[in-house]
Amino acid sequence: MSDSPAAPAAFGTAVEIASAVKAGERSALGVLEEHLGRIGAHESSVHAFNAVIEDEARSRAMEIDDAIASGAEVGALAGVPVAIKDNMCTRGVPTTCSSRILDGWKPPYDATVVTRLREAGAIVVGKTNLDEFAMGSSTENSAFGPTHNPWDLTRVPGGSSGGSAAAVAAGFSPISLGSDTGGSIRQPASLCGVVGVKPTYGAVSRYGLIAFGSSLDQIGPFTTDVHDAAVIMDTIGGHDPLDSTSATDGHGSLESVLSDGVDGLRVGLITEMTGGAIDGIAPDVLARVRAAAEALAAAGATVGEVSVPSSVYGLSAYYMVAPAEASSNLARFDGVRYGLRVDGSNTAAMHTATRTEGFGDEVKRRIMLGTYALSAGYRDAYYGSAQKVRTLIIEDFDRAYADFDVLLSPASPTTAFEMGAKTADPLAMYLNDVCTIPSNLSGQPAMSVPFGTGDDGLPIGVQVLAPLMGEPVMFRVAAALEAAQRLEDGESR
Amino acid sequence: MSDTTTGRREPTLPDGWELVCGLEVHVELSTATKLFCGCPNEFGAEPNTNVCPTCLGLPGSLPVMNGAAVTSAMRLGRALDCRVQPSVMARKNYFYPDMPKDFQTSQYDQPTNEDGHLDLPDGTTIRVERAHIEEDTGKSTHVGGDGRITSAEYSLIDYNRAGVPLLEIVSHPDIRTAEEAKAYVAELRGIVLALDVSDARMEEGSMRVDANVSVRPVGSDELRTRCEIKNINSLSSLGRAIVHEANRHVDLWTTGERPLQETRHWDEEAGRTRSGRSKEDAEDYRYFPEPDLTPLQPSEVDLEAVDASIPELPAQTRARLADVAGVTPPEVGLIVDRGQASFALDAIDSGADAGRVLVHLTNNLADGVGEMSSSAFAGLVAMEVGGELSSTQTKEVLADMVATGRDAPVVAAEKGFEAMDTSELEGLLDGLIADHPGEWERFSTGDEGDAKKMAGFFTGQIMKATRGQADGKVVAQLLNSRK
Ligand SMILES: [Zn+2]
Repeated sequence: MSDSPAAPAAFGTAVEIASAVKAGERSALGVLEEHLGRIGAHESSVHAFNAVIEDEARSRAMEIDDAIASGAEVGALAGVPVAIKDNMCTRGVPTTCSSRILDGWKPPYDATVVTRLREAGAIVVGKTNLDEFAMGSSTENSAFGPTHNPWDLTRVPGGSSGGSAAAVAAGFSPISLGSDTGGSIRQPASLCGVVGVKPTYGAVSRYGLIAFGSSLDQIGPFTTDVHDAAVIMDTIGGHDPLDSTSATDGHGSLESVLSDGVDGLRVGLITEMTGGAIDGIAPDVLARVRAAAEALAAAGATVGEVSVPSSVYGLSAYYMVAPAEASSNLARFDGVRYGLRVDGSNTAAMHTATRTEGFGDEVKRRIMLGTYALSAGYRDAYYGSAQKVRTLIIEDFDRAYADFDVLLSPASPTTAFEMGAKTADPLAMYLNDVCTIPSNLSGQPAMSVPFGTGDDGLPIGVQVLAPLMGEPVMFRVAAALEAAQRLEDGESR
Repeated sequence: MSDTTTGRREPTLPDGWELVCGLEVHVELSTATKLFCGCPNEFGAEPNTNVCPTCLGLPGSLPVMNGAAVTSAMRLGRALDCRVQPSVMARKNYFYPDMPKDFQTSQYDQPTNEDGHLDLPDGTTIRVERAHIEEDTGKSTHVGGDGRITSAEYSLIDYNRAGVPLLEIVSHPDIRTAEEAKAYVAELRGIVLALDVSDARMEEGSMRVDANVSVRPVGSDELRTRCEIKNINSLSSLGRAIVHEANRHVDLWTTGERPLQETRHWDEEAGRTRSGRSKEDAEDYRYFPEPDLTPLQPSEVDLEAVDASIPELPAQTRARLADVAGVTPPEVGLIVDRGQASFALDAIDSGADAGRVLVHLTNNLADGVGEMSSSAFAGLVAMEVGGELSSTQTKEVLADMVATGRDAPVVAAEKGFEAMDTSELEGLLDGLIADHPGEWERFSTGDEGDAKKMAGFFTGQIMKATRGQADGKVVAQLLNSRK
């Protein structure tokens, strides 16, 4: 892959950059220019961004440098470039959800996560591409064209946060933020060989995240290593009074638990996702998940198998709940107040013309699906049943966590697939999220940790799942996997 | 207005027919801020100035529940004797330009308050089905055409009202006359004002009433097709709209037709309802629990605090005032409705004659007591009852006191309303008897009719001579004593 643009942490990890910038060894502006240089060289082939905001980023970097020069306090992420998925509001910077319907709209406010990153000294370099309104698993459903996988430009980066995953894999920024409704962080993280975290529902504020499935959406980081992921989580997490679903009792610092090891932890392989009831998991992926279990056992954990029987219904339940909520969340894009307006002879005709032109096919498909699932006479059978499946999944996970501290599964059934391979078959595309969706339905945390490559030489991620607010134990396991992989690679960083 | 408090029944429908009416009353809560954001909740600001990402429904914004609105809702629930319970906000989905999110966040199958009742002053009980929390919409002005959205050239939308907290109080169809409907709304308004949760002004739209109207033959317990009447802007309109609509239904049923279930709009000028949206093409609102808000779970402590905060309600106030004044509760209804009960009680407590207090408050103080204190008012009533002021003088002094807040003796003295000396009147009468001996003879010895006529003659002469300053009662006493 030497000719690919993949170069994670091309100019160091976030922790390394912040440390050097704070120590005066590197300037924030210098770090920024290095990254902008890579973006200039490779963005045309990767297309990770909907917008790169060079000028704003440069003035911000100079502010950081001035602050450091004057001896002022700077945050944990001083001078660290960050890319933000383009469904999170950035004040004065167009936020598109990769949809034509938001044409021209500039939010008058920052999402809470953006505010917290800025306060920590991070520098927003751009807004990354996604499947329109985060609906998709390949970042091919973007009104602005697809993103390519930096490891192999003929392959997809996964989705829907494909732009954010690709930006980190390509070394455009050491860290980025994505959102995960059914796997939209973990699956692209797996396909792009980076760390991706879906936090506990409520651990990170959703204020300013343009909603897809409100009861499922969570914001989380993409990073090149587990340490950076812990630092980002510590920065963006915690209670936000602007989000009523934001938890008041968090899980505490993650950076501080990374070296705690896994000795004595009980690790359960989810039967259904490791050769059991769920079809379509590639053998090379399965092999890496088993290798991960062995590595953890070698590090002192006890490993077993555990069944989460209702997880097989996750996909079906998800495709009721998420579209139902989306059909309501996306109603406001009606041409009245912001974004695209296509005129019509009356208000209803204007709504129809605007939404017909503004939304892509996948978004329309899900709005129709969700509208149907909620309609009178069908709601109990569809939306109601799906909510019951959710309860079953939570109960099954609870049973599993009675015997295990964390669970393991693949993050994605396969490595990155060819672009266009699944665009004509929505169901095949939906199956990409079969291993990740149950965690969104249960609200529990899960993350993808790079753990080697497949037969095609492309990255494979192992998914670590934990109970509600179980991020500390999840990160300990992730750190152990990362250490084992480095040992395997003969690396020593 | 007085009939709304006495609950006096007037014939609403032809013989043999009975009205079946339920009311949906929306009350805008007068919280400092809106239901889901920190924007001021105020009436009459410049358009689109009290707005933020949340109440504009901007992408990415989220609601945060206003605890004060929930408390107000629970207080009204308790005052209506509802079951106050854990509740869930839901989304009611439909497209409407005034509604920034194109869904309304409201309570649906788990409202804060259920199964209460409201007792009218005449003792009739109207069951309350529910009283739930929801958000208000913005307000459109349609420009061009006939002013309606269908023909307008363009529309301007003011989102200041979007997200203002509302309580919707839904009654069972227990109302049988238009007067009962008016009494129900008046009583509900009284309770809302006593709780101080809203200014409840129908004219400003902070209290809005929709009436569900149907009719049936007397003696039947069926529920026939109903129509929902909207655009009712006052209590008197409410009565007229119900009478009109119910009679329209009777006409349809008696000519072999039947009403369509639909929404109809009250046309105040034409005095009739007009067809609006038919329920056949009614929207499917696709309700589902609002995922951005957590369920509301009032604790025992919350409920105890709510109970402790319920003030005396109008029915109790009426009973207390009526008891003190020695009249029936309906007779003090108007005074209680106007919020003058404590003033009346204070005046009576200061020693004023209860009957005169009620008369003045009911007839002469409809616009309020102004600057006048209850003790000053008591002083005035004492002067009136003691004969120091005639009733005409009392009214004049009263008006001054309302405007200036001064004491009755000061005002009376300034106006020259000195209590007339009886000797002065006696002298006056002596002169009149000398000038009109025949008339005096008829007064003294004539039959009852003659005596009455002549009493009027002499009283009139005395009043003329004193330019109305003499007290009628004192003059009558004087005449009789000299008979
Ligand atoms: Zn607001």
